[in-house]
Amino acid sequence: MSRRPEAAVLTAPGTNRDPDACLALELAGANPVVIPVASLLDVRSRLSDCDMIVIPGGFSYADALGAGRLFATELDHVLGDHLSVAAAERRPLIGICNGFQTLVRLGIWTREGYRLALGHNADGVFTCEWVNLVPDPMTRCIWTDGLEGEVSCPVAHGEGRIVCDDATLMSLSGTGRVALRYVRNPNGSRGDIAGLTDATGFILGLMPHPENHVVARQHPGVRRGIGGGLGLRIFENGVRHAGR
Amino acid sequence: MTAVHCLMVTVRGDDPRGRALLADAHAMGYPALQSATISDLIFFRGTLVSDVRDDLVSILVDPLLQSSTWSRSGGVTSDTSLMVESVLHAGVTDAVAEQLLRVARRKGWPAHGVATGRRIELRGEIPHSLRETLIRRLLVNPVIEHWVIDSLVEPVFAQGSAETVEVFGESFVSGDSFPPVIRAVQSVHVTYPVHLPVRTDSDLEALNRARGMALDPAELEAVRAYYAVHGGVAPDIELEMIAQTWSEHCAHKTFRARITSTTGEEIVPLLDQLRRATAQIDAPYVVSAFVGNAGILQFTPGTTFAVKCETHNHPSAVEPFGGANTGVGGVIRDVLGASHRPIACTDILCFGPADTADALLPDGVIHPRRVRSGVVAGIADYGNKIGLPTLAGAVLYDPGYVANPLVFAGCVGMANSPYVAERPLPGDRIVVLGGATGRDGIRGATFSSATMDATTGDVAGASVQIGDPITEKLLVDLLADGRHLYRSITDCGAGGLSSAIGEMAEGVGADVDLDGLPMKYPGLAPWEVWLSEAQERMVVATADPRPLSEACERLGIHCTDVGVFTGSGRLVVRSSGHPIVDIDTGFLHDGRPTRNMVARLPQPARIAAFSEERSDPSGRPGASSSSQPMNVTELEAILLELLAHPNIACKASVIRRYDHEIRGATLVRPLVGEPIGGHVIGHADGTVIAEPLAPNGLALGIGVNPWFGMTDPERMGQAVVDEAVRNVVACGGDPDQVALLDNFSWGDPRREETLGDLVATVAGACEAAVAFGAPFVSGKDSLNNEYLGKDGKRHAVPPTLVITAVAHVPEASRTITPDLKAVGNALLVVGMTPVALGGTHVAMVRDVSLSSVPPFDHSAPSRYRRLHAAIRDGHVVSCHDISEGGFAVALAEMAIAGNVGFNIHTAPPTFRADARDDQRDASEMEVLFGEGNGRFIIEVEQRHVGAVVASLSGEASVIGTVSADEIARFPVFGAERMAVPVAALRQAWAGRP
Repeated sequence: MSRRPEAAVLTAPGTNRDPDACLALELAGANPVVIPVASLLDVRSRLSDCDMIVIPGGFSYADALGAGRLFATELDHVLGDHLSVAAAERRPLIGICNGFQTLVRLGIWTREGYRLALGHNADGVFTCEWVNLVPDPMTRCIWTDGLEGEVSCPVAHGEGRIVCDDATLMSLSGTGRVALRYVRNPNGSRGDIAGLTDATGFILGLMPHPENHVVARQHPGVRRGIGGGLGLRIFENGVRHAGR
Repeated sequence: MTAVHCLMVTVRGDDPRGRALLADAHAMGYPALQSATISDLIFFRGTLVSDVRDDLVSILVDPLLQSSTWSRSGGVTSDTSLMVESVLHAGVTDAVAEQLLRVARRKGWPAHGVATGRRIELRGEIPHSLRETLIRRLLVNPVIEHWVIDSLVEPVFAQGSAETVEVFGESFVSGDSFPPVIRAVQSVHVTYPVHLPVRTDSDLEALNRARGMALDPAELEAVRAYYAVHGGVAPDIELEMIAQTWSEHCAHKTFRARITSTTGEEIVPLLDQLRRATAQIDAPYVVSAFVGNAGILQFTPGTTFAVKCETHNHPSAVEPFGGANTGVGGVIRDVLGASHRPIACTDILCFGPADTADALLPDGVIHPRRVRSGVVAGIADYGNKIGLPTLAGAVLYDPGYVANPLVFAGCVGMANSPYVAERPLPGDRIVVLGGATGRDGIRGATFSSATMDATTGDVAGASVQIGDPITEKLLVDLLADGRHLYRSITDCGAGGLSSAIGEMAEGVGADVDLDGLPMKYPGLAPWEVWLSEAQERMVVATADPRPLSEACERLGIHCTDVGVFTGSGRLVVRSSGHPIVDIDTGFLHDGRPTRNMVARLPQPARIAAFSEERSDPSGRPGASSSSQPMNVTELEAILLELLAHPNIACKASVIRRYDHEIRGATLVRPLVGEPIGGHVIGHADGTVIAEPLAPNGLALGIGVNPWFGMTDPERMGQAVVDEAVRNVVACGGDPDQVALLDNFSWGDPRREETLGDLVATVAGACEAAVAFGAPFVSGKDSLNNEYLGKDGKRHAVPPTLVITAVAHVPEASRTITPDLKAVGNALLVVGMTPVALGGTHVAMVRDVSLSSVPPFDHSAPSRYRRLHAAIRDGHVVSCHDISEGGFAVALAEMAIAGNVGFNIHTAPPTFRADARDDQRDASEMEVLFGEGNGRFIIEVEQRHVGAVVASLSGEASVIGTVSADEIARFPVFGAERMAVPVAALRQAWAGRP
């Protein structure tokens, strides 16, 4: 058995799904290490030692100026383009929910020329329910690479609607940036987009929470004889690529 | 003077906030409004060069979603009929402003102050005479905001006046503290404290009224006697402390009172009755009951659970969002104060009907619609942000809650080390952890203990707290695994430091210095600091504060050593070197005279007697007094009306706003069943949490029924215990391993009838708890839930007892839900249906005349054990308890959730509980819609029916089957045989087919 990859789990005040992400990472074969941005001075060096990076869900800085805005400002201040560099070095990076919002605000996609944002859900309120996701066949994303069938997991957010114009939507689809789409769209996201990858394919940003479906009994349909694809598989993909 | 700049940010295109506001306005009687635009105003004081402005815009504005301007114009444009700009009062927590200041500091921007506000522009006709009402009822909350109409609002910089800017600019704690605070240098109030004369009854009575102390004459006399030896004068701060400590909220005077009935009977004090029940049951899994912040349970070796439920009624009535928000924050701190890691929240909400006419609202009362949307948003905000699933709950509507909405918030915590509560020892340091202190929530405990009136919202402005879940999350991270860091711990709730340190110092004594505490802004008087109910603070006692302060520094939590536990027995508080409090803790905690109270016990009618057969003018038959089949159209109409009743109808839109998935431990969710149009909408009876890899779990269930209580309080006490236990059994909880939380919300107990209702309810609840072997482990009473209208009338809440049941789930794999599972399965009813319609929902929608409230079912405990065994055997695939709306509604709910039909071929068995004047059988109304206790409907595969019937010893009877045709058929009822499509049931219940 080879060494378990180290997974840096970056947290800010208000991050709250870090334990859930850590459990998923452990079950997928990684060693999660939680790194609060409060200890920013050594974040950069600690990040360099990690094989993969996770920005988990929550309400960083209470969503005070908009979801993910302040976390992005902090990361930008301390890390600069370190996260993009990590992806270019083939170290997998996943931003989940608030982590995705943070990646969008950091400009991961804007820098690639895609004008997009995460707006308030179409019905205007936070929503928590289970969704099914299908990997886009065109995607270059290593996190969804080779996933069979759908992934079932919950969403729990108020600002998860991808907003972009038609040209951007076409372009995202055409370049394999769309990693995951909702089977039934919970928030009015353009193109039913649930998750996006970057040019390297090593970044995945997504609104749903695959870390909350890591054992079969967590699926709400189990008593009706209905299961669904484990979200754990997304983490297993990440861990597999982190090991390389 | 530095300039003030304002950035106005407006959402592009359709704004959900504007849409929601418009919907509320339409519902509240402003149908001519066409649109609403909400803009955020962000004020900066300082010199902002254009680079900084551009930077601010890049951080604050997403160009795809929002537009912005630095030059907002005043006045209304031609198409705007009303423009209102509002800002928060000074001292109200402004989290956005705090965060922006943090960024400004990091970026080196010369912004000295930040404040936020809001502009609302309405289009469409608003009658001029209604403008003020619209603004006060919908657009602003006068308690926390002020506003201007059709002009530009001036910001209030919470950071203080111009001369404090320098202090403010330099006194930030270094590093990355969150949120940023200042350690204010307090101005010394040389005249402080003020000594007030307390020599005569009239001195005291005047003080009592002027300072809102809510003490009664015997208590005032005790105060007079204590200060007689001090020269007959009392420092005002000590009087405030006494009022807090002796408040109903903190001292539970009524539950400890000596009560005599109007017939001369001595009644065991209510708290003693609850304790005796627990002692009599002597359950081995109870580690700690009625001690400290929460009840402690241990079902399996190595794991303990802390459970607690609190009310936050008065604050939620005045400021629904903030009140409910801090209610959740407070109960989470209770669990932290019991040294457990919070893992789940619960909420039970009682509102006035959403369609209450504006004209019926007492003066100063917020419309129930707005109370509801504020409370739900407040609960969702705190739970979602701190990262806890909000699970079990209930939403009730009754006109009795219009002026006094009730908000019950619960929390469950888990710990892996043995729980040991300790008292502070002399020499221990007193350390305050968490948020900074401001003018929030001063005098909350006395406020909570007094009757509200039309001016309460204005004068209680200082009682409103605004929560900060992110700071509390940091406290959770520090304390949940930090038992080694302290000896003793308590949370800062009502009464603030005065109450927290005061309680810890009981019998030990303490010497406290307020000067080092972090302040939100300068200028607080020492008494404000001492009494402030600023949220997100804990107080600990520790022999060595160094490891604690190091851990706090790592997490960015404020940690202030404010003094020492002395051993002197006296509580001394200093400010700027001067002692401002010096009081005997013995007097403070034990000096309050026991109350003597009189109760007039209720005499509810207990006859299952309908008056003779009646018909209403429309020709519809009323309650039948015989077993003649009723008109089927009428039965179906009743069923659909009950499904649409606000108490019974679908609550999915509320439940989905709470995160119930976080932690990945929610096994039986509040929403269950087949997705309909993509949404799961069926309601679970109870919920189950189990750590993702753990073999066992914990079930949570709620019992509440004020409508039984309005008729027969004793039977309500019994029924709600039964309902809570029934709910945990229905999802897989073990009835032999259940514990209960009791929360009483009542009117003024100094009225004999009100106290009588309370006495009867306690007796009923204790009797049922003993019968089930389910001990009470923690509780809270919230009395004086009354509102004195300008009309001189008192508006009291209905007697409301909420029971939360917490049960061990031995096998996480053997949990079940109520949604019907498979066509062909048998349906069985478990338990017998009593002939009793008192307090039922059918009695609200039809005239059913006099009837008793359903009685306690003494055979329920053994029945629940047998049912649990059948569930453990895996023989039960669905289970639903029968409660609001009765048998027919329960079946309909199972069918809606499972999206299949059923066929009922046999009527459920009935019995006569109470004496009656005729010998007739139960009517169809009673059978279909009665709300008798102790009953379930279960779904069983045909091959297991024999085994289940046998194991339930004749208490289960087969009544029908699950059918494929999506029609609910009740062929044994109604002259022409009832049959309703499931889509029609769903339309009534959820507003969609």
